[in-house]
Amino acid sequence: MSSTRREFLTKASEYILLTGAAAAAWEYVVSGKAEAAPNYKTTEHWWAMIIDIEKCIGCGNCVRACSVENDVPEGYFRTWVERYFIADWKSENPVVDSPDGAKEGFPDVQREGKSFFVPKLCNHCADSPCVQVCPVGATFVSPDGVVLVDQSYCVGCRYCIQACPYGCRFLNPETNTAQKCTLCYHRITKGLTTACCEACPTAARQLADLKNPKDPIHEFLKTHSVQVLKPQMATGSKVFYNGLDGSVR
Amino acid sequence: MTQRLRNVTQVSGRQKPIKSLRILFRLHFPDWRPDCICPRHTHMSSRFKNAEHLIRVALVFVGGLIVFVIIRGMIVPKTFGQYGHYRGDALKDIEARTPLYAGREVCEACHQEVADLKKTGKHRGVGCEACHGPLGKHAQDPPAMVPVRPDSKALCVKCHEANSAKPRGFPQVISKEHAGDLACATCHLQPHKPKIGDDTPPKSAGGASKK
Repeated sequence: MSSTRREFLTKASEYILLTGAAAAAWEYVVSGKAEAAPNYKTTEHWWAMIIDIEKCIGCGNCVRACSVENDVPEGYFRTWVERYFIADWKSENPVVDSPDGAKEGFPDVQREGKSFFVPKLCNHCADSPCVQVCPVGATFVSPDGVVLVDQSYCVGCRYCIQACPYGCRFLNPETNTAQKCTLCYHRITKGLTTACCEACPTAARQLADLKNPKDPIHEFLKTHSVQVLKPQMATGSKVFYNGLDGSVR
Repeated sequence: MTQRLRNVTQVSGRQKPIKSLRILFRLHFPDWRPDCICPRHTHMSSRFKNAEHLIRVALVFVGGLIVFVIIRGMIVPKTFGQYGHYRGDALKDIEARTPLYAGREVCEACHQEVADLKKTGKHRGVGCEACHGPLGKHAQDPPAMVPVRPDSKALCVKCHEANSAKPRGFPQVISKEHAGDLACATCHLQPHKPKIGDDTPPKSAGGASKK
């Protein structure tokens, strides 16, 4: 139990400035190691996300939060928001726009018809097409159901970018490796929610753990008409949309 | 018809493979006589003529196999295949990133008075960092990074500017018509509890309740 003067002062000031609980919580947040969250077991989770179209206001907070949290290069997006516009007589041909991924929100356009926002991100498919095509085993579904890319193993062949039916991947121009939404894996393994959920002002996005019987997602799925994107592709998508219009692709 | 079928299955099912094996063996080792005990037919060299060629090929093959296994062991990471067809340590690498958003619980542990204020207001569901931005560094070491108070004129309209695509029930205004050039905080004094009448002006710029 020996500690240097510096260590003692740092610890003491931490406890004076933060309350005890906050200091303990923060310690475990910044330590950035799996061992720091000893209660986290990959086999006990199966992560998913709920997106409530009826709550999304298209403010772009999620896009900004994601690019800050994950250091996403300018012009590329791990999550983005689309605006759908359906003229009354053209329900099969929606007009979709997403200016700069909705980073700065949407300018108002007055049009006759139905209009709504659709936030998009990696669907973290259970049977993911992008994982199947990777020739080197750099992309994979983790034991807790998150599709990840091993940045040190990716050769940048772009197969996965083409295979993703949702267009959620891009090639980072600096590292020349495929990148995508990690569902903030560095946060959820430490008991935090994702950056986009943290920043969403209307709780239109909610992180959910399908293996946790106490998670509110089960009640939500029971009481709402929930859809996934491109169900005909049988990708096992785990991003559930509430109030999704049939025209959304 | 059934008679013919039965014959076919009998032949292909049992007797044929054994017969063909024997024929193959005879073809390759014509000198082999299991019932002959004379030196000519029991001696090794008569059965495998120039056997050293085979041994040489076998040695090259085994050598190649050893080299392959060694090189593969050097190239393939130790944890590859730990959970599946990928490097197991990749999970640890991805986890190691430091979060920048501290999370509402961490904020509220110090700024209890703001949490209490928000509890009954319209903004009760809005996370702290939705407006104040990522403040992980502030939570880690409060004096090292002092958050800037957001400008209400620029901040509020990000959510509340009218847009025909927004859900009907969401409170939205055309800011030019609603307030002209005034900042929102001119009338809505307390952004944490924005309804006029409910609010009291914010006390100080920051200041956690130091416990």
